[in-house]
Amino acid sequence: MSQIRQAVNRESAISAHGLARTFGTKRAVDGVDLEVEAGEIYGFLGPNGAGKSTTVLMLCTLLSPSAGQARVAGYDVVESPGEVRVRIGVALQEAALDERQSGREILDLQARLYGLSAADRAAAVERAVELAGIGEAMEHRVKTYSGGMKRRLDLAASLIHGPRVLFLDEPTTGLDPVSRAQVWDEVRRLNRELGVTVFLTTQYLEEADALADRVGIIDSGRIVEQGSPTELKRAVGADVIVVDLPAAEIALAAEATAQLDAVDAVTPGRRGLTIATTDGAAVVGSVAVALAAAGLNPQSLTVRTPSLDDVFLLATGYRMSTANSEALNAINGSGSELQHSDPDTFSAGNKQQ
Amino acid sequence: MNRQQVLHNAEGAVTAKPVGVVGDIATVARRSIRSLLREPEALAPALLIPTFFFVVNIGALETFVERSPNIDYRAFQIPVAIIFAVTGISRASVLVIDIQTGYLSRMLVTPVRRTTLLLGLMVADVVLALGLSIVVVIMGFIFGVSFGTGPLGILVFLGLAVAWSLAFTGFPYTVALRTGNPAAVNSSFLIFFPFAFLTPAYLPRELMTGWMQGVATWNPVTYLLEAMRSLLSEGWDAAALSKGIAAIGALGLVTFTMAFRSLARRVATG
Repeated sequence: MSQIRQAVNRESAISAHGLARTFGTKRAVDGVDLEVEAGEIYGFLGPNGAGKSTTVLMLCTLLSPSAGQARVAGYDVVESPGEVRVRIGVALQEAALDERQSGREILDLQARLYGLSAADRAAAVERAVELAGIGEAMEHRVKTYSGGMKRRLDLAASLIHGPRVLFLDEPTTGLDPVSRAQVWDEVRRLNRELGVTVFLTTQYLEEADALADRVGIIDSGRIVEQGSPTELKRAVGADVIVVDLPAAEIALAAEATAQLDAVDAVTPGRRGLTIATTDGAAVVGSVAVALAAAGLNPQSLTVRTPSLDDVFLLATGYRMSTANSEALNAINGSGSELQHSDPDTFSAGNKQQ
Repeated sequence: MNRQQVLHNAEGAVTAKPVGVVGDIATVARRSIRSLLREPEALAPALLIPTFFFVVNIGALETFVERSPNIDYRAFQIPVAIIFAVTGISRASVLVIDIQTGYLSRMLVTPVRRTTLLLGLMVADVVLALGLSIVVVIMGFIFGVSFGTGPLGILVFLGLAVAWSLAFTGFPYTVALRTGNPAAVNSSFLIFFPFAFLTPAYLPRELMTGWMQGVATWNPVTYLLEAMRSLLSEGWDAAALSKGIAAIGALGLVTFTMAFRSLARRVATG
């Protein structure tokens, strides 16, 4: 941990207690409690429609909570939104940029909106230009930029005023792998070199795993697990055995394997079982035998170390990948009404367009 | 980036703070005017339409109307051309794009004062309306129109045109903020037609008859046209000017109330 991070680590950068938001009859966020330390990268992980973006909008002062409280950078988001705004940077899901302006003009405008003095503004714009790292393109109109360049400019704009807390709402959604890796590097560097606290929402398990010091897993508006990725995965077990089975055989397979020695937990899913164990290599044979004895013929048996998806499965009973595809199907089947009420659903809708 | 710069940033030495109303308006207006200058093609209809109507109306009606005594029909038509040029022009289309792209949200997470997001756009509208009005007045000079009230009358004439244009922008901004829909904003232009045509645009009010005269009596544009015409042909007419200013004020009160309420609703966090 850098000296900078140690210096600012004494206070909570973000704290929320019982934070909730209702849209009509739908409770999009249902009592979120969280504490994010200064200098930390906190990954907020969940499927589409889980409540991630709604939570971010409340923490960024763009949406009032229906219940509960939240403090960001030491200030209450409802009572002192202005104090919060000057201390946070926000990059929302889609890179929000004016395509008729150049990158430099956008940075300058942003610096003016934050009230930087002329001298500070010039220096801050130059720093942001360097941070964005898009070279000569900075002088060109944003409409000529690639998706990755827009995201980098968006990030730089959100940092122009030296915020203490940075909110990144699904920063790599829609980006190609190269651009995604660049954003990851940038987030790490911001945190390491500038000591910026990062609150990162993502639906990508590997993103949370790679970047976050701690992860909060949200499902149906509630945080179901919280901890460092390593801790969370360790809690699942040393290994997991994934058994692919037809849906009709899953219950019988769970019954057949649950009592085996060294099996810690058996979690039925929609396409098979996930078996947590302290020693996958030793137990996989017993599992195969037990399944055969029960007259079952699994399509595959895989032994691997636990992932955050396994953590999610144990906490919720289903996998995030399944939840995401179901949420997107639901969006396709629903009209546009939800798009104006629930930012989490709205974001998913956008991606489908 | 050197270490000193990094620490400068991390320790918060760059101090963000609310700017104040004037500073925020200037910032938003600067961006709006810049984008305005980058879209000269968008100005073409605002100049072509009034020029077309001015030329056609004079060609069709000048000889007929000038049978009545004391009417200079070219001077009579210049205020109509101005109204056609500046009514309904606004940066509402930019506002809709900002809503759709999320750029409005980006600005809302800064300490910018919410009302200045609209006021800054209106500054750009004023600049545009003034530019268009000057062009139309120059066109009038080319066609031999003169101002009975002299240079000061020209300034008041331009001031009335710009104030009218600004008062009318409340309509498209209201539609933009309520709907966030570009098509709806474009459709808001339709409200221009009753305002512009149910008036003494072609004939003096005393020559109008029946329901048309009744409607024109209640149309604020009637009083605006008569105020502007008074500056051209009659010399200083306090009564006509007062009615024109009152008409603009009344319309502005209604449209600004709608627009700023719509803004408050759009940026509300509840």
